[in-house]
Formats: sequence, structure tokens, C-alpha cells
Amino acid sequence: MRHELPQPPEPASKTWHPATTESRTARYVLIGIALVFLALFLLLPLISVFYEAFRKGPAAYLAAFADHDALAAIRLTLLVAVIAVPLNLVFGVVAAWTIAKFEFKGKAFLTTLIDLPFSVSPVISGLVYVLLFSSHSALGPWLKSQGIEILFAVPGIVLATVFVTFPFVARELIPLMQEQGTTDEEAALSLGANGWQTFWRVTLPNIKWGLLYGVLLCNARAMGEFGAVSVVSGHIRGLTNTMPLQVEILYNEFNSVAAFAVASLLALLALVTLVLKTLLELRYGAELAANGGH
Amino acid sequence: MTLGFTLAYLTLIVLIPLAGLVWRSASLGWGGMWHVATDQRTLNALKISFGTSFVAALINVVFGVIVAWVLVRYRFPGRRIIDAIVDLPFALPTAVAGIALTALYSKNGWIGRWLDPLGIKVAFTPIGITIALIFIGLPFVVRTVQPVMEEIRKEVEEAAATLGATRFQTITRVLLPGLTPAILTGFALAFARAVGEYGSVIFIAGNLPYISEIAPLLIVIRLEEFDYTGATAIAAIMLIISFTMLFIINLIQAWSRRRYGYAT
Repeated sequence: MRHELPQPPEPASKTWHPATTESRTARYVLIGIALVFLALFLLLPLISVFYEAFRKGPAAYLAAFADHDALAAIRLTLLVAVIAVPLNLVFGVVAAWTIAKFEFKGKAFLTTLIDLPFSVSPVISGLVYVLLFSSHSALGPWLKSQGIEILFAVPGIVLATVFVTFPFVARELIPLMQEQGTTDEEAALSLGANGWQTFWRVTLPNIKWGLLYGVLLCNARAMGEFGAVSVVSGHIRGLTNTMPLQVEILYNEFNSVAAFAVASLLALLALVTLVLKTLLELRYGAELAANGGH
Repeated sequence: MTLGFTLAYLTLIVLIPLAGLVWRSASLGWGGMWHVATDQRTLNALKISFGTSFVAALINVVFGVIVAWVLVRYRFPGRRIIDAIVDLPFALPTAVAGIALTALYSKNGWIGRWLDPLGIKVAFTPIGITIALIFIGLPFVVRTVQPVMEEIRKEVEEAAATLGATRFQTITRVLLPGLTPAILTGFALAFARAVGEYGSVIFIAGNLPYISEIAPLLIVIRLEEFDYTGATAIAAIMLIISFTMLFIINLIQAWSRRRYGYAT
């Protein structure tokens, strides 16, 4: 029940506004600037992906996916994500568990190291693996004699993807688990649960939304990574081209419709990611609150 | 045991490869590095990368702060959707952004066709590079500044207003100083990301040596020429500058924690 408050006297003029907000004109101008800027810089590029993909009609759009190389690229992208995301998921959970639940020296330094791949250019992320595994490196000749191909093959692409998506899950979980502390785990242990039971029945349910959030972002980056993968891939058609690399090849061949058709799938992935991310934030905002953006 | 696993995985995936880069650049020596760094093409690429990144980060600070302010302070239809869309550059693969921006700003594109008669060429010039870097950098500024704006207590503004400050004075003299550390951090993050950016830039840049060739692309070109030494040297220079940036970000955050009692 709301009580009827005495109405404030009618403002003397139409331009009256509380002292802690801007005038109506200023508000509209600012909203206008923000909307126009976002429309021009974010929305228009997104719309143009779909526009260009369907420029020559749905038949031409679909024809882009009848191509063997395009299908191979889609398969490779899925394969890379299926390997890279679980690897970083396991690492993220273990690392966050270690950092949040135990005390040891150099914790802050370890956290900084985990974030390191975010501050390295994607091209350099690829370059470090080229330096490590190329035939000029110390490892290269030995790998060759063993018949192991890493560079310009699928393992190199997976490694580069793991590198660039390395921090996503961990950095989402570390603040969350630190916030939650260890009391739940201590209670479980004192009631006779063993370490595994405590993890599966207490810790994991506590962090599941944060984990999902991290996996979502990790997956989006894993499927969309371009720079790092481009350096280690060798661009062999039908073999080592992921979807973003296929987009580049088609675009450079002036096959615009096919390039934007493959790109539209990646744009859809981005949209689905954004929708799920927003839903998670709305529904479980409080549980995710420990993480302050990116 | 979990610490062991964490360290082992971190070492294998991140530290050993990065150490390889450091070791290789160290074996070049200062002389070798200097030789690559002072090559005119490298110098121009670094100038273009850092110059366009700086301009893009500045533009992002101006518009990012306005966007954050509008999202935090005003209620209007579609606000939630707009808020979600700000993260688009995080989610959209860079190559997709790159070809989309090129399509928009080329001579026949939706935006390019309006600029072309005015004599403004965007695609295949440094302006195009800047546009791509604005795209990928924007969320860094908004998402750094937004949470700090949400924390501002209304009482501060009320006090300023009661003491006779105009709204403009309240914003510029009371609110902005408190937001400065967050804005600086957002700027640094957007700048650092822009310097290393590759995918969204190479399509719109045109990649003319000395004119619109960015440093990450020059690394790729050197690699394709099997000039691993040249590639490593440019990468090392970029890394040194990036880590200096990172260090500055940490200093800003430590300073703001002392001065304002919160971290950005």
C-alpha cells in the first residue's frame, strides 16, 4: 500500500527538474548521442552482415554451405571448441578452487599470470607457438622425426585457441569463489563428506551459474578467434581452416555472399551468446555479482 | 595437488611459450632489437598502431562515458537491450566485424557512399583502422566506468546542489574527479586491446606498407617470409609497451583504492 503523498507544488516552469538530474533537454540529447553512436558503430555492422549474406537471395546464401571447404571449416571450428573449452573449464575450476580456498604465497602473482593471455596480442599468441614448434626451433626437428605435426595442423590450432581463451573461466570463478569463502565446504567436511563429495555436492552447485557464464564467453572466443589461429593454421583449405579463416579466404576471393554467409553463422553465435549472457545476468545477477564486468 | 595442476597447466600452455619468445628476443640482443625497431617500415607500423589506438581509445572514452551515464542514470524503453548490445564487440568474432565494417565504409557501402562525395575516404586508410579500433574498444570503457557510476551516492550530488553548484558544476567538479581512475583504466584497457588487435583491422586497413600497415600485421608478414627474427623483435617491442601499460593500469588502480576507497 502506498500512501498518497502530498503532491509537490507545480513547478514554476516547464523546465524545472530536480537538482540531482539534468534538464530534460540535456537528458534527451545525451540519450540521443548514445543511441546514434551505438547504432552507427555496433548495430549497423551487425545488420550489414546479414544484409550482405542475403544480398543475392536465400538460394545463394544456402549455396555457400553446400561447399565442402565451408563444411570442413564448420566441423573444425566445432572440434577445436569441443577440445579447448573443456580443457580451460577444468583448469578454470581447479585454479579458482586453489586460489579461493587455500592460502599460499604469491597468490596475487598467480592471478596476474592467469590473466596474462588477455594482454598479449592474438598474433603474438600464435607467434609463440610458431617459435616453439617450427622446424627452426629446438623441438621442431625432434617432432618431425617422430612424425608429429603440430604447426599448420589441428593440434597447433587447438593450442593457440586454448592460449587465447585461457583466462575466461578462471577469472569468472576466482572472485565468485573468494566471495563465497570456505564455510560451506567446512560444514560439509565436518558432517563427514569426503573431498570429492564436497566438491560435487557443495562447491559445484554454488558456482554453476558463474561457471556457465565463463564457459559461454570462453566458447564464443574459441569459435571466433582469428589472429592467433591464423598464424598457426597454415591456411590449408578443407583441413586447417576454421570458420573465421574461411571467412577471410572467401572475402579475399571476392566471394562476398559466401564470406558473409559463413560470417552470419558466427554473428548468430555472438547473438545467442549475448542473449544467454543477459539472461544469466538478469536471473542470477546476485550470484554473479562478485565479478565486476571484464 | 590442485596448486600443482594449476601451475603445471599454466606453465605448459602460457609460460613456456612466452618464455620461448623472451629467450629468442634476448638472443637477438639490444643491437638486433634496435636494428629491427629502427627499420622505417617497422617504425611506421608501430606509429600507426599506437597512433590509431590512442585516437580510438580517446573517442571511446568520450562516447563510452556518455553511454555508461545514459545506461546508469536514465530510464528509457529498450535500455536493457542497449545495455546487452554494448558487449557485442566481445562476442562478435573480429574477422566478422572486420568484413562488416569494410562493407559499410567502402565507396558503395551504407556509410561510405555518404562520405565519399565529401572527399572522406575511410576504408583502406588510417581512419578505417581507427573505426575498427573504436568498435572493439568501446565495451572496455563502458564496462569499467559503469559499475563505478552505479556506486555514486546521491547524497554527494545533493550536497553539491544545496551548496549552490549548478548541475554542470556538480558533474565536472564533483562527479568526474571520482570517475577519473575508472575512465583512465577504461582508456588503458581499450588502448592495450587496440594495439594488439588484428582481425577486425586487416580488412578495412588496406594494408599499404608505411601508410596503413599495423604492427601485428607486420609480424604476420615477417612470419610468412620466414623472418622469425624480425617477427620476434616486433613482438617483443609490442609486449614491452603492453606490459608497461598493464603496469600503469595497476598503479592507477592502487592509487584510486587509496584515494577513493574502491578499485576500478
